[in-house]
Amino acid sequence: MEKLNGLRCRECGRHYPAAPVHVCEFCFGPLEVDYHYDALKGVVTRESIAAGPPSMWRYRDLLPIEGDAAVGHHVGFTPLIRAKNLADELGCREVWVKNDSVCHPTWSFKDRVVAVAVTKALEFGFDTVACASTGNLANSVAAHAAEGRLKSYIFIPADLEQGKILGTLVYSPTLVAVHGTYDEVNRLCSEIADKYRWAFVNVNFRPYYSEGSKSYGFEIIEQLGWRTPGHIVVPCAGGSLITKIWKAIKELKTLGLLEGPVRTKMHAAQALGCGPIVTMIKNDTDVLVPVRPNTIAKSLAIGNPADGYYAYKTTKESGGSGEHATDEEIIEGMLLLARTEGIFTETAGGVTVAAAKKLIERGVIPRDESIVICVTGNGLKTPDALQDRLQTHAKIKPSLSAFDRALAELKSQTS
Amino acid sequence: MPVLVRIPTPLRTITKGNAEIQAKGDTVDSLVADLERQFPGLKERLLDESGELRRFINIYVNQEDIRFLQAQKTTLKDGDEVSIVPAIAGGR
Repeated sequence: MEKLNGLRCRECGRHYPAAPVHVCEFCFGPLEVDYHYDALKGVVTRESIAAGPPSMWRYRDLLPIEGDAAVGHHVGFTPLIRAKNLADELGCREVWVKNDSVCHPTWSFKDRVVAVAVTKALEFGFDTVACASTGNLANSVAAHAAEGRLKSYIFIPADLEQGKILGTLVYSPTLVAVHGTYDEVNRLCSEIADKYRWAFVNVNFRPYYSEGSKSYGFEIIEQLGWRTPGHIVVPCAGGSLITKIWKAIKELKTLGLLEGPVRTKMHAAQALGCGPIVTMIKNDTDVLVPVRPNTIAKSLAIGNPADGYYAYKTTKESGGSGEHATDEEIIEGMLLLARTEGIFTETAGGVTVAAAKKLIERGVIPRDESIVICVTGNGLKTPDALQDRLQTHAKIKPSLSAFDRALAELKSQTS
Repeated sequence: MPVLVRIPTPLRTITKGNAEIQAKGDTVDSLVADLERQFPGLKERLLDESGELRRFINIYVNQEDIRFLQAQKTTLKDGDEVSIVPAIAGGR
């Protein structure tokens, strides 16, 4: 089955052969992988997917790799959790959490995109992979490069959280800390990618890499019994994930795999200190004004998001919306999810929970409609954010009487 | 005012393969005009019909996005470095 049809410019439609290129030579629009959907119809079925492995590769036919996955065989198929306690707290009927904080192997949805990009790098014969990253991508590229026996160069803003730095270095990449914001790191990487023949997963491999995010969307729909939810709230940094979840839904519709019509509204969640996409949505303009990030949600701190325009269009096309969260609301969001569902997400997840809560309170998301909240990263990577907020309740000597006294004191404090 | 301009791969077909070009201009707009004089056809790839920078292209003066400066009116001086970079890149 020939499923891939090279690359196509999303703006002008010009075709390109499959190659490690990401920008249309003529209009600079983004290149996208083109599929022969007609060849996939009737071949990719609910049954064929269900017969696949319990990983993102059950959707392999809808991902841009030629052969088998070369790395990351166990990525994806993370839990979709019916969040009853959170729903009660929010006064909603049906809330789900798609939990990529437990994605194997580096605890974020980035494993999905990297598994595709690194497989593709091997298919194209590269010996070095690279990326610009705010942390999660760094972790994942370093890990999958190790697995694929590739060299890796990872570029990060120098002020990144320690957990994300160590969680990268442990896999033995070459880590380059750049004195600058993520946007500056990213611009530098665009120029490096032009000069060195490396597989930059989020630059020249972007058309392939970004397709991996579709698996997050496919899983939501399959796990909901092939019905589409009323609302999906998605954290936005570069803006790719929200567009790819939407694309996943449309592909499943094209292939006739959905139960009923698509009624999903896509909502963007960003930090107030770095929310250029949500600002576009609130001002209803397709012109992105870049910002200088100032937020604790560092994994979302992209002031000049590459897919900002498309993220805006996705919310618009689906009838969705967007919301900002302040740093305080982000922390409250993290604590709310942990307290109600026992899920410890990173700051980005706090943004999403907080934004969802505000959209519900504003009446943008009706309380009687089904809502999926996208949790894409793990809280243990960014403990710094909570350091000052949480403390041990009692410190005692190892004696029963000491505990009795401490317990009495704790009870008197809460009564 | 000679300024160093870095040209991304997709535009090097117009610049005869050159990745770096010396050009002149007091502002980004006049720099683009000089680039067009040197390499006819370059301007329309950078600017749309109304003269606005195209959506998927970013221009940086000494590493700073011109949208944080005075956009296309940003002034240039001797020895400045200008990078033309496709907007589509990044992920986190």
